[in-house]
Amino acid sequence: MSDTGAAVAARDSSRTVAAGLLAWVFPGLGHLYLRRRGKGLLLMASLVALFVMGVAMKSRLAMHLGLEDPLALLFGLAQVGAGAPYVIARLLGYELGEVTSPSYEYGNTFTAVAGLLNILVILDALDTARGVKDRKEA
Amino acid sequence: MLGSHLVTLIVFSGLVSTVFALLLRDTTSERLRFGLTAFAAFVLSTLVIGWLTNPFPR
Repeated sequence: MSDTGAAVAARDSSRTVAAGLLAWVFPGLGHLYLRRRGKGLLLMASLVALFVMGVAMKSRLAMHLGLEDPLALLFGLAQVGAGAPYVIARLLGYELGEVTSPSYEYGNTFTAVAGLLNILVILDALDTARGVKDRKEA
Repeated sequence: MLGSHLVTLIVFSGLVSTVFALLLRDTTSERLRFGLTAFAAFVLSTLVIGWLTNPFPR
């Protein structure tokens, strides 16, 4: 590979890593970084709305560590996928939720699905940065 | 927060369908068609499954 080719490959590689990291740090940010403004803003609005409504419905956010309850561990990992909204909600003291609330299970579903969908969004940002996705999209 | 099970279902379905449409289709018209189809599938399948479970309340 020529010097120019190596430089281009290094730049593309760092762009891909940056897009993936930004996409995890905040939903939609990876697409905004890649200049997919409309798509990024819509993804951001949808995922943040989903997560915030989940927290408002008294979702539990505390991370369960340990393998004695693997489903609880996976549930926690799914929520972490939401990135900054998860961290901010925990810093604001929403980690315990309210198990007696009628909307508790709905809240759990909203927050976990927001995190899982953001993992798909991260993968999409990585594909877009690598040029795998069609360039014609918004 | 959202008042009723039906409103919660509709909001959840709308947001998830929006994300799926953005990720799985490339043009605006394709996204619109896919999003509306996914939204209808979410809402209708939930209503049908809910109706089918009606004889089994516990």
